[in-house]
Amino acid sequence: MSKTAIVTGSSRGIGRSIALKLAKEGYQIVVNYSGSEQRALEVVEEIKQLGSQAIAVQANVSDADSVKNLIDTTLEQFGTIDVLVNNAGITRDRLLMRMKEDDWDAVIDTNLKSVFLCTKAVARPMMKQRSGRIVNVASVVGIIGNAGQANYTASKAGVIGFTKTTARELASRNILVNAVAPGFIETEMTDEIPEELQKGMLAQIPLNAFGKPEHIADVVHFLVSDASRYMTGQVLHIDGGMVM
Amino acid sequence: MATVLERVSKVVVDRLGVDETDVKPEASFRDDLDADSLDVVELVMEFEEEFDMQIADEEAEKIQTVGDAVKFIEAALNK
Repeated sequence: MSKTAIVTGSSRGIGRSIALKLAKEGYQIVVNYSGSEQRALEVVEEIKQLGSQAIAVQANVSDADSVKNLIDTTLEQFGTIDVLVNNAGITRDRLLMRMKEDDWDAVIDTNLKSVFLCTKAVARPMMKQRSGRIVNVASVVGIIGNAGQANYTASKAGVIGFTKTTARELASRNILVNAVAPGFIETEMTDEIPEELQKGMLAQIPLNAFGKPEHIADVVHFLVSDASRYMTGQVLHIDGGMVM
Repeated sequence: MATVLERVSKVVVDRLGVDETDVKPEASFRDDLDADSLDVVELVMEFEEEFDMQIADEEAEKIQTVGDAVKFIEAALNK
């Protein structure tokens, strides 16, 4: 029977790439989205073209009831949950002195609370089946910080701490929890960064190029595959060498 | 029809791999039956399934012994 993976926020960007990569490797995919239904359905269509199964499930992953519905729908449709990729994320960039409480709450809820809610919800079926893989998408800026992103960097650093703790708590049940920390990846999220800033960022990247979503998807696939079965609680940096 | 104690015992024996004779009402899951904290969480999950009920986290935390589980489940079933 093929394995099932939920990828949160996979209607576009890095999440979309991860969903497509795992589908290519034979996983049945739950394409979770918040608002972009049309694009989520396009990803589902692409996955079907690849010969795998997929469904699109709308869910606000920072809301417990919504997450419960996501998990229940997945179990009804596919029967198991083998992989969870906590990818959903947003930015609300502003300097600290201009950052509103709303900007803070929205980013922490979507990027960090969602990881707690989704992980807790899948832990139950994974504990019962005595296996599971969870991959959390953190960020290089959760390690090194970034002016204008107090909320985002705090959420991503939080994801890293959460990854390590849940890895310890769930290890005895053969549930492996790891994180990836992408650097500057070309997506709609990073398109919004002014060109001048982008140039400055490029200068910080030893491999002298921005990353592609596929670079992240390949490593996520590694982290859910048998090849990484002796790894848990790790943060893999995929950033062209920005952090060493 | 098996009693609540018998059904609870069966879940405990299956989950923890302990001897049925050790599963007495006063037996503490952690101290006497060698369960770790995650085992206790899993036991409560299995009680929920066996008896088709929801056990709130605050209630689950109070279930420390076989007897606690039986008492809680009997009370819930009689509601």
